[in-house]
Amino acid sequence: MSDSTGGAPDSRPVKLSCRNIWKVYGNDPAQFFDKGDGKVGDPDAHTARIRDEGHIVAAGDVSFDVHAGEIFIIMGLSGSGKSTMVRCLSRLVEPTAGEVLLDGENLLTASEKELIEIRRHKMGMVFQNFGLLPHQTVLQNVAFPLKVQGVGLAEREAKAREMISLVGLDGRENAFPRQLSGGQQQRVGIARSLCVDPEMWFLDEPFSALDPLIRRQMQDEFVRLQTMLHKTIVFITHDFLEALKLGDRICIMKDGRVVQIGTPSELVLNPADDYVAEFTEDVPLVRVIRVRDVMEPITGDAPGDGSSVSPDMCLEEILPAFAGTDRPLVVRDGDGKAVGRVTPAGVVKSLAAGEKRQGAAQGAA
Amino acid sequence: MNGLPSKLDRTAVMWIGLAVFAAFCFALRGELRWLSDYPGTLVIPLAAWLNVVMTWFVSTFQFIFRGISAVMDVPMAAIQAALHWLPWPATMAVFTALAFRAGGWKLALFTFLSMTYMLVTGYWFESMNTLALVGVSVPLSIAIGFGLGVLSFRSDTARKIVDPMLDLMQTVPAFAYLIPILLLFGFGPVVGLIASAIYAAPPMVRNTILGLERVPPEIRESGQMSGCTNRQTFWLVQLPTAMPQIMVGVNQSIMAALSMVIIAAIIGGFGDIGWEVLSTMRKAQFGQSLLAGIVIAILAMIMDRVSRGLTDLERNLAYSQLPPKQRHGHWIVAGIVAVAAILLAQVFPELKVFPDEWIFHHAVSLWLNAGIDEIVRNYSAVLDGIKNSANFFVLLPLRIGLIKAVYPKFWGFAMTPEIAALYWGAAILLLGYCVWKGKKSLAIVIGIATPILFWGLNGTPWPVFIALVGLTAYLAGGWKVCAFAVASLVFMLVNDLWEETMRSVYLCGAAVFLCFVIGGSLGVWAAHSDRVSAILRPVNDTLQTMPQFVILIPVLMFFAVGEFSALLAVILYAVVPPIRYVEHGLRNVPAHVVEAAKQIGCTPRQILFEVKLPLALPVIMLGLNQTIMYGLAMLVIAALVGTKGLGQAVYLALGKADTGMGLVAGLSIALVAMTADRTIQAWSNRKRKALGL
Ligand SMILES: Nc1ncnc2c1ncn2[C@@H]1O[C@H](COP(=O)(O)OP(=O)(O)OP(=O)(O)O)[C@@H](O)[C@H]1O
Ligand SMILES: [Mg+2]
Repeated sequence: MSDSTGGAPDSRPVKLSCRNIWKVYGNDPAQFFDKGDGKVGDPDAHTARIRDEGHIVAAGDVSFDVHAGEIFIIMGLSGSGKSTMVRCLSRLVEPTAGEVLLDGENLLTASEKELIEIRRHKMGMVFQNFGLLPHQTVLQNVAFPLKVQGVGLAEREAKAREMISLVGLDGRENAFPRQLSGGQQQRVGIARSLCVDPEMWFLDEPFSALDPLIRRQMQDEFVRLQTMLHKTIVFITHDFLEALKLGDRICIMKDGRVVQIGTPSELVLNPADDYVAEFTEDVPLVRVIRVRDVMEPITGDAPGDGSSVSPDMCLEEILPAFAGTDRPLVVRDGDGKAVGRVTPAGVVKSLAAGEKRQGAAQGAA
Repeated sequence: MNGLPSKLDRTAVMWIGLAVFAAFCFALRGELRWLSDYPGTLVIPLAAWLNVVMTWFVSTFQFIFRGISAVMDVPMAAIQAALHWLPWPATMAVFTALAFRAGGWKLALFTFLSMTYMLVTGYWFESMNTLALVGVSVPLSIAIGFGLGVLSFRSDTARKIVDPMLDLMQTVPAFAYLIPILLLFGFGPVVGLIASAIYAAPPMVRNTILGLERVPPEIRESGQMSGCTNRQTFWLVQLPTAMPQIMVGVNQSIMAALSMVIIAAIIGGFGDIGWEVLSTMRKAQFGQSLLAGIVIAILAMIMDRVSRGLTDLERNLAYSQLPPKQRHGHWIVAGIVAVAAILLAQVFPELKVFPDEWIFHHAVSLWLNAGIDEIVRNYSAVLDGIKNSANFFVLLPLRIGLIKAVYPKFWGFAMTPEIAALYWGAAILLLGYCVWKGKKSLAIVIGIATPILFWGLNGTPWPVFIALVGLTAYLAGGWKVCAFAVASLVFMLVNDLWEETMRSVYLCGAAVFLCFVIGGSLGVWAAHSDRVSAILRPVNDTLQTMPQFVILIPVLMFFAVGEFSALLAVILYAVVPPIRYVEHGLRNVPAHVVEAAKQIGCTPRQILFEVKLPLALPVIMLGLNQTIMYGLAMLVIAALVGTKGLGQAVYLALGKADTGMGLVAGLSIALVAMTADRTIQAWSNRKRKALGL
């Protein structure tokens, strides 16, 4: 396992942090942990021991930090422990050992009452199969989190209507879930999870039950929402392209263990092992490599000519700018300051190098 | 080195072992009497012990139960009084409006006509009594059932207690626990009330648990993430999501309560409609019992439709979105009619009590009696022919064996040694042929049927029967099922109920066999013809909603009291599951398999026998299971019309208020049912897994 955060370290504060989380299913999971903090000498050996004794390790020694405003993706094959992890973070599932810190406070020691308060105000969750209440209308479903808090009818319906129009479902307020398409139902799920303005947003394979076209639509919708809302997000998926499109960092899990955490380009260019390499093998490099990865820093003054690009763009986005010209592009950061330049030759070079590495990883796989 | 042919696998060895053991028992049963008659000295007087316990229990705690009884009497008497006080047009208006709300004008019209029928046949009073009973027992059993369901959903300990209780309640015939209820609560209508509340609770418990368990975890989690407290999660999220299933439970409870109220008339008889049917049936006044039976039948149909309509969520939704005028119109009309009727009844007594002169009950029933007599007399040759053939060619050989059943009067020849030799020779040849051709199952069937048909179930030594059942259970479901089966049979043996058990097994077996022949054919037909399916569906629905009691009437009318009538009644009631399951199983064979078979060039016949039936077999076996359950349930009711067997034992115990005997015999029936159930389920599950379904 390698946790290479690489590149520019995230300067945003840590919002959610999980430390040595274990979730063991079986007759007596507690026997494997003397202390509750989940710190063991050799996690791999410990996992093997637990499995030998007939218990299931759904999550083993998982640690990561999610920064405020970040989209953190958890990926892995079916049964790798993704849902278990996200449920440990919201304590829908009680972790066997470890710590979950939300804004620095340990969630696992919170009382039942405090937990409910946290869920009521700080967390929202979207489910793979939507989890809508079949007996309630769209409006009632979206307003439900406010209802259980005891918010008055008029107020909660006003807020719910606002959310419904945010996700583009105006006019369907009085429909029942079963009268909606899958995509529409998930919009309801999203609206409901946003209704209490949570800071943490958990999404467990929210688009997996949808067909490809709708899925793409919903992903765009998700990106649009996030540019408006700036939530801290833990997003689960088993689709690497989806992870690539949406995520800032990706955590890859296998059999309950974290294999690698990193940005998309790190995973593609430096896969920790074959498992990760296999995940990333079909990914077009132009979507992964970013301007910041290929730019040459410039010293002194920026040249006045050439169109300018941002360091976060991926190569796919800047390639058209090279059409009919071989002049370098100027890279400018958020403040408009020139920080580097990109030449066609540089792009080709990095793509070639990436291709070689990807090929090598695949060959090994 | 391997001396045995490879075909002789473990299973074959076991069957051969059984055959040897059986041959040994059959041969020695002349010398060793205990092989055919279980020695009386080894009988355990469990029933007597139970009676001692019961007597003590009754004398100690009776006052509590009598208290409950007195309390329960209050609401029932109140409802009864209200229903009798209301002028009949008012009652009719209210129920018609209710039916309209539940099922539109068609159901309203049906209800109106049905109630008119109760009036003109003179069964209004009795019907209202029955309604009052159901009206109190249903809310009671729904409350009990819901409470137990929720409790066992939330607590594993409760679940462990409730589950086996449900199994027992579903298989122990109601007659059996009527006895202790009777002793504890005393005679009278309240007994029927309590019995039916208990009897109707299990479906509610089951459906409540099922509904709550089937709530997808994501929905519960979404509630928790919305910030629900535990209580909110249950009441606002889980329960409403489980509601459709719970409503199925409500409907089933209502139907069970009604059928039990009818049965309870046997003991609590106090002028309700069940008593009317029973007493006329006993007096062989079939005209009257037919008229009263129809009342029960329509009551059942109305309750079924109305309760389903009222609990249909979709329908309620659509209804709540109607404009107020349409929503309340029928209630207002009913209210006006009711008030008018109440006021006018002060002046016109005809409105209060439907006048006798308007009732044409007597005329009709006399006419019906005459008609039935006429039919029976005119067709007696045919009817007797049917009855006698069934008796002499099917029932008797099965019971006492061909060796005693074959005599010249009916068979045209006697069971001479030559004929016996012919019989055995043919059977052995056939058996050999099957073994040679590798048709194992057929060989086993022939191997079992030949001696049993020859000596009858009566003449089969009990060790042979136990070994046969044990081996079957073992092969189907392993040691656990086998142990259960053997223990059950031993229970009957040591309680001196072997003969009764064999009687029940034989009658039920014959009925189940015939049900499968008839119902299976109909099911196959229905699976291949939408028209037949459409015709059979309402027939099936009606037969299933009918309280078992009602089915006895037409059978008795034509065939009088006796074993054949019982058989016929059981068949009528238990023929529905094979039809349904066979059709369902065949229709759900994966389409691609059938297509592939067609492509290969199978004829329709080959597709049916080579492809569809084998694939549908696990489902069909579940149908067999249901058929046996239905058969046993009906067998107990059929005890009323003269069968000898466990059902009769329970019924006799009821007459003598012999708790011990009633419970032991009732438990025996339950054990027979559970043995069959476990064996078949195990087999079906294994088969299903093997087929990858
Ligand atoms: N309640 C439970 N009892 C026992 N084992 C469980 C339980 N819940 C999950 N597991 C096991 O934990 C492992 C991880 O499950 P989890 O649902 O987290 O996987 P996942 O990565 O979300 O898979 P998917 O992509 O299919 O949703 C699986 O092996 C699963 O069988
Ligand atoms: Mg999952």
